[in-house]
Amino acid sequence: MPVSYFLVLSALLFSIGVYGVLARQNAVLVLLSIELMLNAVNINLVAFSALLGQTGVPGQVFALFVIAVAAAEVGIGLAIVILIFRNRQSVDVEEMSLMKW
Amino acid sequence: MILAQSSATAGRAATDFMWLVTLLPFLSAVIIGFGGKRLGGRAHIAGIAAVGGGLVLSLVGFYQLAAGNATVEASWVWFELDSIELEFGMNYDFLTGVMFVVVTTISTLVHIYSVGYMHGDKRYTWFYTALSLFTGSMLFLVIANNLMQMFVGWELVGVCSYFLIGHYWEETDNSSAAIKAFIVTRVGDVGFLFGIFALFIAGGTFNIPELNLLAEEGELTGTIATVGALLLFCGAVGKSAQVPLHVWLPDAMAGPTPVSALIHAATMVVAGVYLVARMFIVFEHAPAALNVVAIVASITMLIAAALALVQDDIKRVLAYSTVSQLAYMMAALGVGAYTAGVFHLFTHAFFKALLFLGAGSIIHAVHSNNMSDMGGLRKFMPTTFMTFIVGSLALAGIFPLAGFFSKDEIIGEALRAASDERQIVAWIVLISALITAFLTALYMTRACVKTFFGAYRGHGHPHESPRTMTVPLQILAVGSVAVGFLGFPVVGPFPDWINVPGEVHHGFSAFYNLALPAISVAVALAAIWLGFQLFYFERFKVDIRSGRFAWFYRLLENKYYIDDIYLDGIVRPIQYPIARATNWINQNVIDGVVNGTAWGTVAAGKGVYGVIDQRVVDFAVNGAAGLTGFSGGILRYIQTGNVQRYAAFLFVAVAAFVALFGLF
Amino acid sequence: MATIGHQIVFWIIAVVMTVAAVAVVTARNVVHAALYLVGALMSAAALYILLLAQFVAWVQVLVYVGAIVVLMLFGLMLTNAPIGRASLDNNQRFLAAVTAGVLFLVTSFIMVRAFEGQSIDLVREQGTLTESVGEVIFSAYVLPFEVVSVLLLAALVGAIVIAKRD
Repeated sequence: MPVSYFLVLSALLFSIGVYGVLARQNAVLVLLSIELMLNAVNINLVAFSALLGQTGVPGQVFALFVIAVAAAEVGIGLAIVILIFRNRQSVDVEEMSLMKW
Repeated sequence: MILAQSSATAGRAATDFMWLVTLLPFLSAVIIGFGGKRLGGRAHIAGIAAVGGGLVLSLVGFYQLAAGNATVEASWVWFELDSIELEFGMNYDFLTGVMFVVVTTISTLVHIYSVGYMHGDKRYTWFYTALSLFTGSMLFLVIANNLMQMFVGWELVGVCSYFLIGHYWEETDNSSAAIKAFIVTRVGDVGFLFGIFALFIAGGTFNIPELNLLAEEGELTGTIATVGALLLFCGAVGKSAQVPLHVWLPDAMAGPTPVSALIHAATMVVAGVYLVARMFIVFEHAPAALNVVAIVASITMLIAAALALVQDDIKRVLAYSTVSQLAYMMAALGVGAYTAGVFHLFTHAFFKALLFLGAGSIIHAVHSNNMSDMGGLRKFMPTTFMTFIVGSLALAGIFPLAGFFSKDEIIGEALRAASDERQIVAWIVLISALITAFLTALYMTRACVKTFFGAYRGHGHPHESPRTMTVPLQILAVGSVAVGFLGFPVVGPFPDWINVPGEVHHGFSAFYNLALPAISVAVALAAIWLGFQLFYFERFKVDIRSGRFAWFYRLLENKYYIDDIYLDGIVRPIQYPIARATNWINQNVIDGVVNGTAWGTVAAGKGVYGVIDQRVVDFAVNGAAGLTGFSGGILRYIQTGNVQRYAAFLFVAVAAFVALFGLF
Repeated sequence: MATIGHQIVFWIIAVVMTVAAVAVVTARNVVHAALYLVGALMSAAALYILLLAQFVAWVQVLVYVGAIVVLMLFGLMLTNAPIGRASLDNNQRFLAAVTAGVLFLVTSFIMVRAFEGQSIDLVREQGTLTESVGEVIFSAYVLPFEVVSVLLLAALVGAIVIAKRD
């Protein structure tokens, strides 16, 4: 199966994630979109690992690390969002624009 | 560097240290010059010590040379460009040795004499500085082994002469005399310099022994060699006061008498004779050069002797006498009598210095230079009288004093050259020499009679001079008697010392013709007798002021109008029209250019400031600031505070970079 | 090498994943968005299995779906997620769409051009054994592995510190 199929698929997923990051108002939904992006990267990695066959195992290892880091990042990210909610009673990204001109 | 070919004896001989003789006076000049305030009236100690030491060293060195040590030549090339080499070196041979003895002896005696003569002078220290400087320069000139260095020494002595003549510069006459001396000798020096160049073109070197060697080998012949030799002689004419550049020497008597004794009798003026003697071989082999020398000398000796006869100022009598005697030396060289010429230089130094110092003693006592204020002084100043008489007799050439031997040697050589070699020039020299000998004795008799005999015509009470002044006189009187015997025929050592290769000594080995010295002594005695008759007994009194020879008397009185010719013909046209024209050019053209440049620069500056600086540069600077502010005012709206907006920009940039790196 | 079966499975997974992803970013209900994300993540796991990376697939299910999405739901709950018909998008939708589109086009164009002609062999007998993954992790990449564990610890502590009430 041509590897480019998987690559285009991952690019698509990544772009949809970008749209989500840029267009969503709720901070948690932004985090959700970030997870989409990370998944796209993972698909890319695993596809390349499959392309290389026996020598491509490090690709899967890398994907595992990405997953672990994603988990950590979500934990921290949500903690921050909760803190903001506690202080401002809202998680609307548009309202968090204090550092403007 | 230093290549010395010195004596074969093991160890260092005094001849290797002759440069010290030159250096010592310079050192004392520095010491006196810079330490003068503290030395005050004791400035003479350093000077006398320096030249005295130099005298001792010169005598030792000469003794060694005479005893058989080799001559010393050492040099160091300090500038080299293609084929031109300028050296700094010394050449100590017999001629140098003799000159050293002469210069240091007379200089030491003059230093001692000046202690008395210049006592209380307000520029006592400067006087001794200049005196030391002069002595050092003269020795530097003498010891030089190449023409360029000699020229340096030549100019240095000219400058020192200027300083010393103008010692009493408060009187305009004195400073004018100093300037006249300097400028007239300068005219000769131009010739000298071009002569050096000409000889360099002909021979390829400035080095004197080399040039002489080239001449001897026949390499320096033809027009260029003659031109070079004659141009060198121009310098000699200037420095040794031969016609037509003799006009400065009588006026130079404006300086203090010790200066006249040292510089204008015994040392500086003989530099011209020394030059011809040094380059004698070049002159010999350059066609017609020596003939020109002889003719000029003959004319000079006659003219000057005649002028000495009508002077009232005793120093001027002696000055013209010096010119005449220098001409004798030149004439000797002109007929090829190298030894005789140098010997006369040697003896003349002694008795002429004696005469000048004696005149100084008289002037010091009478407070006037003019013989019309003197008379009968033999009663008041016996020592001065005795020594002066000795000097006069020596000058007149009376046996057995020094002048007799040297003068008769010249006359003898002239006769030999005339009769043996049938040269017309030699006949001219011979006749001039005899006539001049007559005139010399005549004017010296006149001077002595007017000064020492008869009644005292002046005012005041003259008395004998202090011992610092009379002792040098006595020493020189002894010298005037003694040194003549160095040139005694057959046994005298002088010709062994001073000679030119190939010169056959006739006169010194045996008086060529015993009749000749007898004739010259007779001529001198006749002149003395005539002088006494004319000036003491006042017989044959011819009223020459009016009458048939009045025009001749006036001619002599006005010095043949030569000074007037120079003044109106040369000096005034330069002084008035040319100087004014040059001033106009300077003020309008040159200053115009300078001022115009300045004005132009100021205008350009103003223009640059107004247009470029204020409008362009400041516009750019202010514009940049304004642009920054303006763009800032616009760009600040990017800072919305909305993170997602920032993220959008970020992703756009990422896309751009991806495209950039991926596609290109 | 791929059989027709592989291709059909791939296309199905691709379509499901895409639809789910689009739904994540356009849903009006936040909880629906989170659940659509589950769909996307599961399809990714299926894709991993297709690519013979079974261990990664199950780790994905365990960690991503099991932990991360649950965490998200907790977050939504604790921050009063608006459950209604209000719009959940901000004002720069158009710019976001353009940016995403441009990014997609550029990236896919470059990748297709770069990897033309290269194919993955999907009919290998066993694919990647968990054994080999374990071997690689604990030999060549043991250091990053340890670091990641420290990272997780740090994240844990950090999250607690940030979010605790004082």
